[in-house]
Amino acid sequence: MASIWQYANPRKFIDTTDRFLPWLSALALVSLVVGLVWGFFFTPEDYRQGSTVKIIYLHVPSALMAINAWLMMLVASLVWIVRRHHVSALAARAAAPIGATMTVIALVTGAIWGQPMWGTWWAWDPRLTSFLILFLFYLGYMALWAAIENDDTAADLTSVLCLVGSVFALLSRYAVNFWNQGLHQGASLSLDKEENVADVFYHPLLVSIAGFILLFVALVFLRTQTEIRARRMRALLARERLQ
Amino acid sequence: MMPELGKYAGAVLSSYGISLALLLLLVAVSVRRARRMRRELEEVEKRIRRNG
Amino acid sequence: MIALLIRDMKLGTRAGGGFGLGLAFFLIVVVLVPFGVGPETGRLALIAPGILWLGALLACLLSLDRIFALDWEDGSLDLLATSPLPMEAAVSVKALAHWLTTGLPLVLAAPVLGVLLSLPAAGYAPLILSLALGTPALSVIGTFGAALTVGLKRGGLLLSLLVLPLYVPTLIFGAEMARRGAEGMGNTTPMLMLAGITCGTIALLPFASAAVLRVNLR
Repeated sequence: MASIWQYANPRKFIDTTDRFLPWLSALALVSLVVGLVWGFFFTPEDYRQGSTVKIIYLHVPSALMAINAWLMMLVASLVWIVRRHHVSALAARAAAPIGATMTVIALVTGAIWGQPMWGTWWAWDPRLTSFLILFLFYLGYMALWAAIENDDTAADLTSVLCLVGSVFALLSRYAVNFWNQGLHQGASLSLDKEENVADVFYHPLLVSIAGFILLFVALVFLRTQTEIRARRMRALLARERLQ
Repeated sequence: MMPELGKYAGAVLSSYGISLALLLLLVAVSVRRARRMRRELEEVEKRIRRNG
Repeated sequence: MIALLIRDMKLGTRAGGGFGLGLAFFLIVVVLVPFGVGPETGRLALIAPGILWLGALLACLLSLDRIFALDWEDGSLDLLATSPLPMEAAVSVKALAHWLTTGLPLVLAAPVLGVLLSLPAAGYAPLILSLALGTPALSVIGTFGAALTVGLKRGGLLLSLLVLPLYVPTLIFGAEMARRGAEGMGNTTPMLMLAGITCGTIALLPFASAAVLRVNLR
């Protein structure tokens, strides 16, 4: 019976992802290049924002992935807690640095965009502040992984931290909202067609988002493989020392 | 070929530059570590098999 | 349970237990602030609620690693784990002891330090109330952080990195409540939110702390 849980076997996971990785990476590269080149060279300027509107093709996808990476870590942590599959815990560990990088990209592009548009690099706007807090959560999560030597203990502790952190990150979002009214515009994307950005900006943005998602998946696969191998090597070396 | 970026050229170019540099750095670090780990694990496995 | 509470409080108030240390730290932070921002009364009054909240939060943070460290070293934590008392209860009692030895003195000291920062007269009641409502949450969240890092040799810095982001909502609502009170605005909403956070953390976080502690004792 084929089920998704068979990929919880590390060997099976490595074999399968090895087969997919070249395709996935190529696809990620193509859609990133298409999305960004389309956005950079072939979109008109916005009548109010001028050419800075082109930053949207980096800012929105990276912000999206910064949150989704944390959600993925949350799901992976839950799977680890409930079903104790090592691959799941290691995938959560592998995703954290990617999410942190995405957060930095979102913050930096936002700051560069905000300088000419809002006249300031940084404002204590709810969205900006929540992202900074999210970044702190990523840092703490990664630091905890790095600090603990025993793999299983580290996996347990970080997954509980991820769970508790998610609740507090959500709480912070609302607290920050309450604390200060924002400059940041509403969501750029929504299912409601009326509220979307104009089509000329929208299509390359979708391609760019697809590119970021594919890149994220490819990187998670690659880094999870690395983590699996690192873990296996530690186990082998430990066994060797015992003999 | 270069689009006319007007007075915001610096902002647009620097945000593309920084973001792409960060992404490339992330990919490079991940790939390098993946390669090294793959190689080291193979060595260790070979050695252990040889030593029984 | 009561015995554990009394024992922890004795340990906490004994020399080197951090009881006086937290208070002294709070005092020093408040004394240093005017050196940093200048002695004008108006400016100090404006930032007084925020500074007092920050000072209390940092003083609380300073004493967190003591919650489990001593018990971990002499093995009494293992004894606690095998005792009939559920781990969740033990963790809650430890958080309570931490609050009684650190949070409560901070609440009581805050009005005195408020004088130093020329806090407006209207600000005292909301400040004390907000600290009294908020510091239990700080203790409970801190206990979770201490449980996470209990086995680590140099866990102090990591502990701050883990706990401070978790303190954000409490700090926001607490400081907001004190600030609005000092400026004579209505502060019922942040007060309710703060009380909600405190109740929620007290009700739920001990389970996480106990789970984490069990993992660390494995």
